[in-house]
Amino acid sequence: MATLTLLQAVRDALLTEMGLDPRVVLMGEDVGHSGGVFRATEGLQKEFGEERVMDTPLAESGIIGMAMGMAVNGLRPVPEIQFMDFIYPAFDEIVSEVAKLRYRSGGGFTCPMVIRTPYGGGIRGGHYHSQSTEAYFCHTAGLKVVIPSNPYDTKGLLIAAIRDEDPVLFMEPKKLYRSVKGEVPDGAYTVEIGKANVVRQGKDVTLLAWGAMVPVCLEAATLSAPRGADCEVIDLRSLVPLDEDRILESVKKTGRVVIVHEAQRTGGFGAELSAIIAEEAIEYLEAPIVRVTGLDTPFPYTLEHVYMPDAERVALAVGKVKNF
Amino acid sequence: MFETNQTTEGALKKTSSNKKAPPSILREDAFRILDENNVADAKREPSLSKAELLKMYRNMALTRAFDERGMMLQRQGRIGFYVPSFGQEAIQTGTAAALKDTDWVFPSYREPGVFIYRGASLTRMLCNLWGNSGDIAKGRQMPVHYSFAPQRLFSVSSPIATQVIQAVGASMASKIRKESEVAITYFGDGATSENDFHTGMTFAGVYKAPTVFICTNNQYAISVPLSKQCAMPHLVQKAAGYGIPGIAVDGNDILAVYVATKEAVERARRGEGPSFIECVTLRMGPHSSSDDPSRYRDEALFEAWKKRDPIQRFKQYLSDKKMWGDADEAALQEEHKQLIADAIAEAEPMPPPGLDTLFEDVYAEMPASLRKQKDALIKEGELRGKFVNTSEAFPL
Repeated sequence: MATLTLLQAVRDALLTEMGLDPRVVLMGEDVGHSGGVFRATEGLQKEFGEERVMDTPLAESGIIGMAMGMAVNGLRPVPEIQFMDFIYPAFDEIVSEVAKLRYRSGGGFTCPMVIRTPYGGGIRGGHYHSQSTEAYFCHTAGLKVVIPSNPYDTKGLLIAAIRDEDPVLFMEPKKLYRSVKGEVPDGAYTVEIGKANVVRQGKDVTLLAWGAMVPVCLEAATLSAPRGADCEVIDLRSLVPLDEDRILESVKKTGRVVIVHEAQRTGGFGAELSAIIAEEAIEYLEAPIVRVTGLDTPFPYTLEHVYMPDAERVALAVGKVKNF
Repeated sequence: MFETNQTTEGALKKTSSNKKAPPSILREDAFRILDENNVADAKREPSLSKAELLKMYRNMALTRAFDERGMMLQRQGRIGFYVPSFGQEAIQTGTAAALKDTDWVFPSYREPGVFIYRGASLTRMLCNLWGNSGDIAKGRQMPVHYSFAPQRLFSVSSPIATQVIQAVGASMASKIRKESEVAITYFGDGATSENDFHTGMTFAGVYKAPTVFICTNNQYAISVPLSKQCAMPHLVQKAAGYGIPGIAVDGNDILAVYVATKEAVERARRGEGPSFIECVTLRMGPHSSSDDPSRYRDEALFEAWKKRDPIQRFKQYLSDKKMWGDADEAALQEEHKQLIADAIAEAEPMPPPGLDTLFEDVYAEMPASLRKQKDALIKEGELRGKFVNTSEAFPL
């Protein structure tokens, strides 16, 4: 057991799984010699060689397209897209090719791979280094979307994703890369994909979040307790597949829901969660479902701290549903 | 043949030396073995056995027969859509014949002849045209989007050039495992404008991937002529920009296609990296059953290429070698007619895929949300009895 940052947990997962499975190969911009711009793959090329940790030309669609061919021919690629904001050149290969291959070939061909990408704001990255665009990918049948919020889950979910038979988009909350630390077991272990985690139990209001919004919600719960609202915080960990049972179980208990994400509001995954709760548990609701989200604007630079939901904004929403 | 990075200039310009042959519509720079009289250049002729040559001829003829039947089935309203490969039979068969069974093929939607050469079942291909329960892809893709995993014939995608970079990846997997398989990928002239062509060539060049790029330059991308696709008329010149050796060949000369591909495949297998082959031809049919080429086709060009039919040219070559005669041809035509008729008789009556197949193969294991949708749909079916198909005809 070691105390690792979330970033170190990413590296530990890759190191562990590459040591166990010779099919696992990494590729991406700057991931080899320099170990990645965040150092998530530091030293791995030295350990496993240039063919298993490949510096690629600067072309995201090429990275994913090549990874797909490798996966079809028996490897387990873990391509990195340097920032989620740069993923769009690869959008066609991800949503039209990688995600649909199993279906369109009747199960004849598959391409299990893990697309790692740092996402989210709070690092003074401006529009092109800050977005959370999970909703585009959750809207794609055939793809799984996994987002950890702490070092333990990061390692366990990443290893589970590499062992998964389906392609997984693994979104890493880069604001938490170095700011959260936690105990991480040595060696390989997995955290099941598709299982949400109740990170704080409470009876009054259910807070649903993922990635970097989980600690924000925990802080909001702490702020809300003296104001009379006992919050239950659920870290979804995986948006596709979604742990509907765990969500509905909590909502039926509390009757009040606040959904928190940093992505912009319209068409965000919060809308999907809200619709599911309305369809499945409306009779349990004591107040309208409230979303706390990013704005329907491009992601700003100077005022990013205003754009992004923080604990106080979440706590205000908690107060609103509690006192409805 | 591929020793130069400066395309084929010089080394390959002077090809056929038969002075008596009439002038050709074919570009000067294209490598050829058969001249316009269909006489082979003895210095370049491949040493193929009679059995091998006849296998190639038969495959070209079967591809043509299959395409003709496919178009007819569409015209008769029995299938919704078809994409013929008329005029491109030499490219398909000549390249396929240069591969090993274990090599990977990443085709476009206009390579039925490659599927047939590698042993894809005609019945299964026809089941794809009907999208019925006999279809390997369970009726999930349009016609001609075949997928034959055991033959390493990769699932066909509609968007252009996506398979080019994927082929590079597949070949890199072999390379990383130190195996000898190579990957070949097919795409058209229009595809060379696409991003995935650019990344495929870039990555293959950098990594020396064992990939063979077959560019079927049939001079049209649906209605758009090559001159509006690229300011450089010779696509082979693109290869040099990626550090990949390239050659232009007469795409209607199966011997030239075979020899160039064979060398490219062997280069890849020897670890010498990728090669690019521009097969110069003309699309002799419509883009698809929904297309009307009279709206855009250059008729003079069409007539000139009509005289260069790849099957007729190869037939004459075989006939000059006393390997093939009229009786053989008549028997072959009859055999193919029967073969296809039998496959149609088997494929056409198969029922559509069951409702539950809609939900299979999205993921390795069906998630709870999909199970729920599946149960709801089956219940809906029971409630209403039938689903009415109101689809319109496909426009492309």
